[in-house]
Amino acid sequence: MRVELDNLSKSWDGVVGADKITLDISDGDLVAFLGPSGCGKTTTLLMVAGIYKPSGGTISFDGRVVNEVAPKDRGIGMVFQSYALYPHMTVFGNISYPLRIQKLDKAVIKDRVQKVADMMGIGDLLDRKIAQLSGGQQQRVSLGRALVKEPQLLLFDEPLSNLDARLRLTMRGEIKRLQGDLGITSIYVTHDQVEAMTMADRIAVMSKGILQAYDVPEALYDRPKTLFVAGFVGNPPMNFLDIEVTRDNGEFRAKSESIDLILPQERAEKAAAVKGKVTMGLRPEDLNLAEGTSGHSGPTLSGVAETVEPLGREDLVGVGINGVEMRVLVDKTRGVRVGDNLDLQVDPSKIQLFDPVTENSLLWA
Amino acid sequence: MTTAEISPPTHPVAGLPKAREKMGRRFAYGFLILSIMPIVVGYSWIVVATLSFRTEGLLPRNAEGGIGGFTLSNWDFVTDGAIWNAMFNSLLIAVAMVFGVGIASTAGGYALSRMKFAGRKAFLSMTLVLHAFKAEMLLIAIFFVLRWLGDIPIIGNFVGFNSVGGVALVMIALELPLGIWLMKGFFDNLPWDMERAALIDGASRFRVWWQIMLPQVRPGLAALSLFTFIAGWNAYLVPFTFTIGTKVANMPVFLNQLISDTAPTNWNQVAAVGLFQMIPLLIFFIFTQELLLNIYAGGSKGS
Ligand SMILES: Nc1ncnc2c1ncn2[C@@H]1O[C@H](COP(=O)(O)OP(=O)(O)OP(=O)(O)O)[C@@H](O)[C@H]1O
Ligand SMILES: [Mg+2]
Repeated sequence: MRVELDNLSKSWDGVVGADKITLDISDGDLVAFLGPSGCGKTTTLLMVAGIYKPSGGTISFDGRVVNEVAPKDRGIGMVFQSYALYPHMTVFGNISYPLRIQKLDKAVIKDRVQKVADMMGIGDLLDRKIAQLSGGQQQRVSLGRALVKEPQLLLFDEPLSNLDARLRLTMRGEIKRLQGDLGITSIYVTHDQVEAMTMADRIAVMSKGILQAYDVPEALYDRPKTLFVAGFVGNPPMNFLDIEVTRDNGEFRAKSESIDLILPQERAEKAAAVKGKVTMGLRPEDLNLAEGTSGHSGPTLSGVAETVEPLGREDLVGVGINGVEMRVLVDKTRGVRVGDNLDLQVDPSKIQLFDPVTENSLLWA
Repeated sequence: MTTAEISPPTHPVAGLPKAREKMGRRFAYGFLILSIMPIVVGYSWIVVATLSFRTEGLLPRNAEGGIGGFTLSNWDFVTDGAIWNAMFNSLLIAVAMVFGVGIASTAGGYALSRMKFAGRKAFLSMTLVLHAFKAEMLLIAIFFVLRWLGDIPIIGNFVGFNSVGGVALVMIALELPLGIWLMKGFFDNLPWDMERAALIDGASRFRVWWQIMLPQVRPGLAALSLFTFIAGWNAYLVPFTFTIGTKVANMPVFLNQLISDTAPTNWNQVAAVGLFQMIPLLIFFIFTQELLLNIYAGGSKGS
């Protein structure tokens, strides 16, 4: 089902939950709503579900405006962060509830519940009470209850955030596979950008009720249109530096007290036109430790390792460069210690530049 | 000798707290037993008194002043229809209250907790203020209301002045502010998500209330029902004021009628009727003790 949000807004006397959200979800896509806590993800989702009445704008399913349609008539299934299971019912009671309301034939209900439960891997738990299940099993029941209606649209509100890291990884894959197999259009709310990047066909990045960007994951990562998107997408987060871009006889340079880099023309041209400082963004993975002191190409930065956080395969090193700290991912085998002098190699083709006032990209906006 | 000093003195140290613990427990039990003695003595006296002609302290006395003189004559009233009528009326009032207060409080509490409507805030504070009015203050006004209700054809016979229905109605009304606030509190504590999930699953608002929310507040409803039942069973002031004669009297009013101003009162019989009135409650408590403990210990768990 195709879902269109047009200038969708919600506010409660003065408190803005969502502000003029406009986006278009293609049939069968999984779209992630990504943003920090309180940015309006749940608000938007609940408007799509019909639980909140929009203060403005429209929601359309397959071209039909559904603003006034009751939740039960929207053909949706929803999975909540808290699972929202009915604790006084068994697993069977929970999954069958939507069908029992539809007054379907008993045998049909039994059949469909069993099928969905088997698909979720909880087929042998149907007689259990909810309190007798683990968190992961509860989440599967909740997913089963959403799926059993064979909805046209699936809504997920941070469904995995109460699970442990390992289970989250498994469930992530399972939900994505299931959604792909069934081809159900889905909206997936999360504040975990790894979840969004790995699962979504498209990501809607939100901040303070405003839609900041809506694009495929790679585009958000490689071509962030705003400072917020650049800082929010990617883990560990992007480094930002205030620099000045100058043009000296055809050569573009990024300069500050700590840095002097030559930039490629196609990246720097627009930034050079800005009077005063611009914000330069560099991802930790686009900074490399220079091998030895000679034989490298490209511009380098010199600094001192101030913090070292082992992440397993790599170390996240905080490098102080004239008072500015840059996060760098370094191979563990390099054995960087706090206090080491480091030379960083910059890949100029990965540099992002932003206007510090408008916070828009000077490359992609 | 030296080794004995160096080795850790496990036994004495381990033994001492045990003895102290035992002492402490004994003390605690002793205190508890002592503190319930007045109640135990009181009830013992009632039981003994109902079975004797007369008593001196806790001891039954016969005509010669010796120990003895047991009789069942104090219990003769059980063969009299009046007491059964009174008991039936008590039961009617209590049950009507349990249902009336239960239904109105769960419905009203839910609406006040979950729905937005004009005057909601005012209603909430008003009920709280109303609860502060004692029944005594309202008796005269209620009398006029009941008289007026009694003049309505047909239903007037059931809810007017001097009817069990009228008494139940007044008692329900007096109990409602507390009930509504109590149930609203229970509903306030329930997560919204469960309700939203049910709405999305296709339930109507009424079905959500009935099938999803009510089961979650069952412990609260049970507690409310219990308090209401006891209040209705023991109701005295309202039935006494708004009923005349024995036909619509409930147990406490019946008991009061035994104490007459003109003839000498048979206190042992009064004790027997009092005990008789308690029997249903006692049986009820014995069977629901575990449930009650659960309610008092913290209400709804597991959600
Ligand atoms: N019922 C409500 N009444 C008033 N304000 C609300 C209500 N619901 C949400 N808000 C406000 O709207 C804003 C967005 O809330 P929302 O729940 O959509 O955030 P979210 O993105 O889902 O955050 P989280 O990741 O913490 O769940 C917040 O500032 C919140 O305080
Ligand atoms: Mg949320």
